[in-house]
Amino acid sequence: MTVAWSSPPLPMPWYPARVEDAWLETRTARTVVLDVPGWPGHHAGQHVDVRLTADDGYTATRTYSVASAPETGRLVLTVQLVTEGEVSPWLVGEAREGDELEVRGPIGGWFRWDESMPEPVLLVAGGSGVVPLMAMVRHRSRVGATQPFHLVYSARTPDHVIYTNELFALARTSPGLRVDRLYTRGGLPDEAREPGRLRPEDLPAVDAFPAPPVVYVCGPSGFVEAAAGILIGKGHDSGAIRTERFGPSS
Amino acid sequence: MDIVTRGFVGRRSGGDPRIPPGQYLERDFPVLSAGPTPVVRREDWTLRVTGVDGSSGRLSWADLHRLPVEDVRTDIHCVTKWSKLDTSWRGVDVEAVLSAAGVGTEGATHVLAHATGGYTTNLPLADLLGGRAWVATEYEGASLAAEHGGPARLLVPHLYFWKSAKWVSGLELLAQDSPGFWEQLGYHEYGDPWREQRYVGD
Ligand SMILES: Cc1cc2nc3c(=O)[nH]c(=O)nc-3n(C[C@H](O)[C@H](O)[C@H](O)COP(=O)(O)OP(=O)(O)OC[C@H]3O[C@@H](n4cnc5c(N)ncnc54)[C@H](O)[C@@H]3O)c2cc1C
Repeated sequence: MTVAWSSPPLPMPWYPARVEDAWLETRTARTVVLDVPGWPGHHAGQHVDVRLTADDGYTATRTYSVASAPETGRLVLTVQLVTEGEVSPWLVGEAREGDELEVRGPIGGWFRWDESMPEPVLLVAGGSGVVPLMAMVRHRSRVGATQPFHLVYSARTPDHVIYTNELFALARTSPGLRVDRLYTRGGLPDEAREPGRLRPEDLPAVDAFPAPPVVYVCGPSGFVEAAAGILIGKGHDSGAIRTERFGPSS
Repeated sequence: MDIVTRGFVGRRSGGDPRIPPGQYLERDFPVLSAGPTPVVRREDWTLRVTGVDGSSGRLSWADLHRLPVEDVRTDIHCVTKWSKLDTSWRGVDVEAVLSAAGVGTEGATHVLAHATGGYTTNLPLADLLGGRAWVATEYEGASLAAEHGGPARLLVPHLYFWKSAKWVSGLELLAQDSPGFWEQLGYHEYGDPWREQRYVGD
C-alpha cells in the first residue's frame, strides 16, 4: 500500500444539506434523508461528519455512517438516540423536512465494500452498527452482485431491528443473501435460540464459505471485541476482519 | 455563518480551554481500531528500530523496562471528536528508546511507526523528541489493556490519537515523509488537534 504525495491536497468542503424526509425505524432510531447538492457520492461503509449550528453560531459535529447505497446529491443516515447526547437527540427527535445542516465527507477508506471485491462477505452487526453494513447490502443488490453475503445482526429484541422489512424482503429476493437475526434480551415466541449475547454458534466458520470471506464487524465496542474474538476462533484470518466501533464501551 | 439548524441549541458542556475546537469531552474511553485486537504477550513483545542507513536495533520487554520510566499526565484527542482530560500514563521517553536501540537519527526527518497487525502511522521525528512522546505501558495505574494497545503503545498526546500507534512494534526512521495507514486513506499527514487537521487538505 503506497500512495505518492503529489500536489497539495484540497481541503474537503462542507456541503449544505437539507432534510428531505425522516422516519422512525424503531422507537429510538430514525432515518434521515438528506438532499446534498454537489455530494460526490461515497463507497458503501463510509461515513460523514454532520455539523449542526445553533442560531448564535455554536456548532457540534458528530460522525454518522451512510446507510444508503452510493449515489450523488443525496445521503441517508440512520441515527440511534443517545439520551444524554448532544447531536443524536436533534437528529432523532427534531429533524424535519426542510431543516438545514452541513455534511462533510465521504470519510473512511478501509471499512468499505464495492463490487470490485470478488470475495464472499460476512457482515456482523450489533445494534446501530447495521447502518454501514446495510449500505453494503443495498449496494450489492443495486449492482446485482452475486457473491455470498451473510449478515448476522444482533439486536436487543425484534422491536430494535432497524430496516426490518427491507431486510426480510431482500433476504427472499436477492440470491446469495442470507440474513440471520439474533436477540440479546428477548426474541419471538417461536425462536429456537435462547436470547443472549453473541455466542460462537451464532457466527459461521471460515469454511462455511466457498472462499474465505471479507468480514465487516460494526457495533458497540464490547460487541466488536467479542465478535472479532469468536471469528478468529472460527478460522477467520485477522487480516480479513475489518472493524468499526460506534461510541464507547459495551 | 450561513447555515443555522432550526431547533438545535447544543449541550455546550465544552468551554474548557483544554478542549480543542470541534471536540467534546468524553469520560469513557472509546476504542477505535481497523481490525481485531491483537493479542501480544509481554514475553513476545519487541520493538524494532531501524535507521536510515539500514542499521537496526531491537528492544525486548525487559530491555524497555531497564530504561527510566516517566509518569505522564495529559489530555488526549481523538479525530472522531472526543477528548479526554487528565489521563495518566507511565512509559519510556521515545528519545531514550531510540538511543537504547543504538540506532542513530542522523539523516532522519520522519518516523513510520509500525504496529502488530500491519498498522502504520507517520510522524515528523522532531515530534517524538524533546519529551513529547513515550512508549507507554501503563494507563491509570494498571497495565495497558489490549484494546487500548497493550502491552505497549506510542503516546504522542499533542497529535490526534491515531498517531499514538497501539501495539507498537517498530519505529522506522526515514529520510523523508511517507504516509501511514490512515494517512493513505484520507486522514491528515500531521494531525494537530488545535488546528483541526483531521482529513487530507485540512
Ligand atoms: C465511524 C463512526 C460511525 C458512526 N455511525 C453512526 C451511525 O451510523 N448511527 C449512529 O447512531 N451513530 C453512529 N456513530 C456514533 C455517533 O458519532 C455519535 O457518537 C452518537 O450519535 C452520539 O452522539 P451525541 O452527540 O448524541 O452524544 P454525545 O454528546 O457525543 O455523548 C453523550 C455521552 O453518551 C455516550 N455516548 C456517545 N456515543 C454513544 C453511543 N454511540 N452509544 C452509547 N453511548 C454513547 C458518551 O460516553 C458521551 O459521554 C458513529 C461513530 C463513528 C466513530
